[in-house]
Amino acid sequence: MSRRPGFVLEVDKSTPPTLFWNGEGFTLETLPEGSRVIYAPEPIKALDDPYGAIRHALLHPLGDRDPLPALLHAGMKLTICFDDISLPLPPMDAPDIRQMVIETVLDMAADAGVDDVMLIAALALHRRMTEDELRHALGDRVYDAFAPHGLLTQHDAEDPDNLIHLGQTESGEDIEINKRAATSDLLVYVNINLVAMDGGHKSVATGLASYRSLRHHHNPQTMQHSRSFMDAPASELHSSNWRMGRFIAEAGVKIFQIETTLNTDTFPSSFAFLQKREWEWNLRDRASFAATSTSLKGVPPRFARQIFHSITSPHAMTSVQAGEVEAVHAVTTENVWKQQGVDVQGQTDILTLGLPYICPYNVNSIMNPILVACLGLGYFFNLYRGKPLVRQGGVLILRHPTRPEFHPGHHPSYIDFYEQVLTQTVDPVAIHKQFEESFATDPWYIHLYRTGHAYHGVHPFYMWYWCAHALEHLGRVIIVGGDPKAVRRLGFSPASSLNDALEIASDVVGPSPTLTHLHAPPLMMADVH
Amino acid sequence: MGVGVGEHAQRMIGRARSIRLPLAAPSWPSTVERPDPERRLGLEYDHEWSRRYPARLARAMVMDNIARPVARVLAPATVRGLEHLRHVEGPIIFAANHSSHVDTPLLLTNLPLEFRHHTVVAAASDYFFDRTWKSVLWSFSLAAIPFERRKVNRKSVDTLAGLIEDGWNLVIFPEGGRSPDGWTQPFSGVAAYLARRTGSPVVPVYLHGTRHVLPKTPDDEGRAPGGSGSESQRGGRLRRSPISVLFGAPLTPDEGENANRFSGRVEASVATLAREVHADWWQARRAVSTVDPVPGAGTAHRGPEAPAWRRAWALDRPPSSGRRTSWPE
Repeated sequence: MSRRPGFVLEVDKSTPPTLFWNGEGFTLETLPEGSRVIYAPEPIKALDDPYGAIRHALLHPLGDRDPLPALLHAGMKLTICFDDISLPLPPMDAPDIRQMVIETVLDMAADAGVDDVMLIAALALHRRMTEDELRHALGDRVYDAFAPHGLLTQHDAEDPDNLIHLGQTESGEDIEINKRAATSDLLVYVNINLVAMDGGHKSVATGLASYRSLRHHHNPQTMQHSRSFMDAPASELHSSNWRMGRFIAEAGVKIFQIETTLNTDTFPSSFAFLQKREWEWNLRDRASFAATSTSLKGVPPRFARQIFHSITSPHAMTSVQAGEVEAVHAVTTENVWKQQGVDVQGQTDILTLGLPYICPYNVNSIMNPILVACLGLGYFFNLYRGKPLVRQGGVLILRHPTRPEFHPGHHPSYIDFYEQVLTQTVDPVAIHKQFEESFATDPWYIHLYRTGHAYHGVHPFYMWYWCAHALEHLGRVIIVGGDPKAVRRLGFSPASSLNDALEIASDVVGPSPTLTHLHAPPLMMADVH
Repeated sequence: MGVGVGEHAQRMIGRARSIRLPLAAPSWPSTVERPDPERRLGLEYDHEWSRRYPARLARAMVMDNIARPVARVLAPATVRGLEHLRHVEGPIIFAANHSSHVDTPLLLTNLPLEFRHHTVVAAASDYFFDRTWKSVLWSFSLAAIPFERRKVNRKSVDTLAGLIEDGWNLVIFPEGGRSPDGWTQPFSGVAAYLARRTGSPVVPVYLHGTRHVLPKTPDDEGRAPGGSGSESQRGGRLRRSPISVLFGAPLTPDEGENANRFSGRVEASVATLAREVHADWWQARRAVSTVDPVPGAGTAHRGPEAPAWRRAWALDRPPSSGRRTSWPE
């Protein structure tokens, strides 16, 4: 059967209840008649021969680039950078795409007699990956060949000895990136494009940058003018990254970009119901849903979290392209939209979302309230092109337990942000002005970032800035099922049920609002006309 | 006051209606077009399970302990020609005439043990495999294999050839369906083709009397325009009636003999067996002799070229000399 495109369902009496993610669990909600539910397109068929496709891409580059073997020679300095633990979500079944691509690149480098090779995880201000995570992403063969010799490193945005300031863009943006990468004869960047926002110049200009450089685009003003992050031409975040990327190229950094796209086959067969349309659930799906949702309710959240974070995703590569950054990214973005795009006519008064247990910043970790806000308002709200799904002044209803729990090792500055900053104000602009610098330069946070597995001190600010566009756009945000105190701390309204939330929302959007539900997973992006 | 029975029933109905997903099956939104269920039926039906050991064991138990005793009571059989099967090297293609749905089970139950449980049956894919329950039933009970009878289909022929090459005997009705009026229909060349392709011998089989055990009804394939015929009154019910099962000598294609010519020989052999029911072997053999044939004997089993009533008349006419000379009975 051919792949079915995404579509918009109008809810009527015959529509079965709709699945909502609810953190480490899920629930079925009955949406009011006349509501719309946006269903994602079905997964694209994976490439039959991924290694062959990778090799073909490296030998037939796009844009102004020679085939990779022609760029490799003995005596050169080669640096291979790759996306970190934040991609893909959930982590994919082995072999990871990064492993497949890097093994192929290394084969070519070995054939060319390249001795000076270094691998760098491009994690910007994210936490350092553990050995297990690196092994999963790169495979044991690569890890064991490079890590013991110190040739597999993780970008350190606070290491003055390994950063280089290349200059300023015409907009006055500092460009300070990883020195080893910038001074190599060739920088090969290995990307995974889960959503349209990823990749392009953002890979190097953000992934290998320092706080000094990142602050130019990771701020409330830029975020408010990125409409949306998924639509690069309309995203100020991308404009800034593109300015920087072009400056980096003009500064003589030779980048060979390798980008890959994934299908949306996100969960293993035991969770098949998560990806199916509810009216197509068979007996097995219903039994799986009943069994998992009932058993998850009976276990402590930390066990439920462990269960979910042990899931690896069967999603597979649908395309790979290599060469010059912009030429490559144009094809990549097109392929991402091909998988995830859904046409939607008109905006809605109320947008509902069920939020899952995972976002890019809590892989093998805890989804704290700040990340809940970022996932709902920063990521899901921005899954649009054209206009936001919800109208200006509309209401966003999220479903998530939103427990005030934090991972002290991964998110130490988040705890202080939650206790010290959000108690003062939730206004991103005010937060930026009053608090950012002290957190960003705090030596303790920097120490934890450089030596432990902590996100940088400024990271929770960035998460809050991701919400800036939605906060400015929305009339109210309601979280159903969330811890009331934590929800209020975020500046949102708690509700115990969807009906209560609709009642609360009616104060803002009137008694007969239109409602749209974004049915994820799998991921999709709405082309709103 | 207690709650009335009607009120109680209404409450129960209300509760039953309130059971929803996931306990109840999901309803289908009226705005979403319901696709045809993805059913793998007909030629696409996956029948491989019916040849696995558990299915074979269960089928053998049913056939030996239920079907054979029932067949013995319902259709006591006179079996002739078993000696032809003793020294033949299998697998064998059994090519039989076809006038009733009971032909297959009666033939299978009368096969010698060494063939009975290792034989598959080519069955019309459009008739026996058009519903899931039918596909399962016939695959299990008869080891039936879906077969395209109306046109040449490479897949169905390849499937049968593959099974023969795997050592399975095959029962096939080269007429392609039950005779509409009792007289035989021309044989298709499929049995002959399979024999040529696989090198397996064809054993001609003549089934006599099965038409009286379970007659074909006009309803089975649509009533003839304007007809209500005697068959419609008699059909559709099992009746006790004796039958004969005659096995002929195995046939193999001669050097350079094409499938059509070989198929003609198979058909002629079945015709000879038909005559044996009413005559002895020598008379039957003489009637179709190539040296001194009885005029018209080669096609006599297909009935007279005449209107339907005369064909039926000729078929059911009591034999004047106590022995019938036409085929079938």
